[in-house]
Amino acid sequence: MSVAFAIEPLAEDALLLRFGDGIDATINARVHAAAHSLRAVNLPGIIDIAPAYATLLVRFDASGRGGDALSEAITRALCRRFRGSDELTAAVSGNPAAQGVEIPVCYDGEFGQDLEAVAEYARLSHGEVIARHTAAEYTVAMLGFAPGFPYLLGLDAALHVPRRADPRTRVPAGSVAIGGAQTGIYPRELPGGWNLIGRTPLALFDPDRDPPCLLAPGDRVRFRAIDADEFAQHAERRA
Amino acid sequence: MTIEVLKPGLLTTLQDIGRLGFAHLGIGRAGAFDEPALCIANALCGNPHDACTLEVTLLGPTLRFNAAARVAVAGAPLPLRIDGLERPMWAPVHVPAGATLELGAMRSGCRSYLAVRGGFDAAPVLGSRSMDVNAGLGPNGGRPLRAGDALQMRSAPQPGSGSVPRTDWRIRQNAGESEPDPISKWRLDPRPWFRGDTNQPLRLLPGKHLDRLTPTSRNALFSEPFVMHANSNRVGVRLVGPALAWMSPIEMVSEGCGPGLLQLPPSGEPIAFGPECPVSGGYPRIGQIAAVDIPRLAQMRPGDALRFTPCSFDDALDALRERERALDALTANIAARLAHELHRPQRGPR
Repeated sequence: MSVAFAIEPLAEDALLLRFGDGIDATINARVHAAAHSLRAVNLPGIIDIAPAYATLLVRFDASGRGGDALSEAITRALCRRFRGSDELTAAVSGNPAAQGVEIPVCYDGEFGQDLEAVAEYARLSHGEVIARHTAAEYTVAMLGFAPGFPYLLGLDAALHVPRRADPRTRVPAGSVAIGGAQTGIYPRELPGGWNLIGRTPLALFDPDRDPPCLLAPGDRVRFRAIDADEFAQHAERRA
Repeated sequence: MTIEVLKPGLLTTLQDIGRLGFAHLGIGRAGAFDEPALCIANALCGNPHDACTLEVTLLGPTLRFNAAARVAVAGAPLPLRIDGLERPMWAPVHVPAGATLELGAMRSGCRSYLAVRGGFDAAPVLGSRSMDVNAGLGPNGGRPLRAGDALQMRSAPQPGSGSVPRTDWRIRQNAGESEPDPISKWRLDPRPWFRGDTNQPLRLLPGKHLDRLTPTSRNALFSEPFVMHANSNRVGVRLVGPALAWMSPIEMVSEGCGPGLLQLPPSGEPIAFGPECPVSGGYPRIGQIAAVDIPRLAQMRPGDALRFTPCSFDDALDALRERERALDALTANIAARLAHELHRPQRGPR
């Protein structure tokens, strides 16, 4: 029995390991399990192992072996480790690289500019939106869009709210936002079309820190509601 | 060892070969768009191939050197003047202490690389001195040069790369300041490394959704020209050409990608990704520009026309390896020539 994935060539120096097509927690868990085991076997010449929702990008030094030879090595490595895709999924719970991170969020006033619109769309009160957003456990499906921007899986279905019709040219750093079925956090001031429901005082990305990103792919995230005073205290500690 | 920026040029950034190994954190590579030109400019200064250079765009900067330096410029043709005196590109050039170096407007192409002996210095950010303007990452937060900026030169070749033979370098002192370049009497033939003509098509590897284009669109993709839109940069090159359409709508979620990816957003106008592209993208994928042709994409300017020709992964890899061999041979040749000149007996004073 082989591991359920396909390898697609992307460029002379890049392969895409495909575990599925959509946004799905089980498929994404397989991506992280495969990423973790490929890091562990440490195949020579590999530059990047970058998870996305349903695919894993493997970039390598094309001056060494070609993509075909690397594909075989990757398949051998993953098949040796996981006899079937169920084991790939099961391996996630034991993935020592995944950490649990609590992220304080202030949902008050200007920090949650679109909280009212989200509540209205979801037909919930402010308090219920916050309660549902803080109750769930999320998984970092992938980082992208900007350095350290986490795409989080696990948003309560009641909070699935479409993106804004008119994207903002400036979304403040730390903004916690909802875009359709996804929730994420803007690591720095960026343009964006997601609904802003709160803001965290934590730095999602700091190039001078090791590791530079607060969150890594596969990490588990919970949000904790804080008031404006606690936000200010956090912000002061950072300054 | 500082260099003062008198005029910044149109878009001038520090670039080396980029930031590798951080794609899983959403951090892209950046780095020189025309990598062979970066390598050659470095080789002409006796630097490792990956030393930090200035990437200049369309119109170059004016810089004042407070210390003598060895420099070289490779890439798109532009006037290089030192204290008003025209000097050659594709050659090692001496800059006396206090001199002003001026890079003018490019006659064709879009990007050139100014290397200084030892490389430009700045604290590396995540392993690279490349400025990622789009991500706001790198020296000075990825901000392009401004008038009044001070650049630092490293005093010795940067360690860490064995690709260029190390030579015991001393810039020969020349008593007569009237002769600004006492070292080289030669320059490289730029032709294999810079082609001004855009008639030769870019090789395109098949993308995941290539066979989902309508037959008319696929035919047009490989037979009609595309024109580079002015709204293009190091993130992506926008192309305007024949209308391209899918046989049926394609739904996809974000997947990993890199420079050279040719996507088709709903606008129907393809975007070819450059070095500051995001690490993932959610638009359907027409193809991947062969790595060996990315320098030619880098040298396109708004209004230039380009064509695509289909290419297999094997052919693209063969072409890339052939280019790497040629580049290695060239840089070794340059190193040997520089070493030979250094050990030549010095002439007496005239």
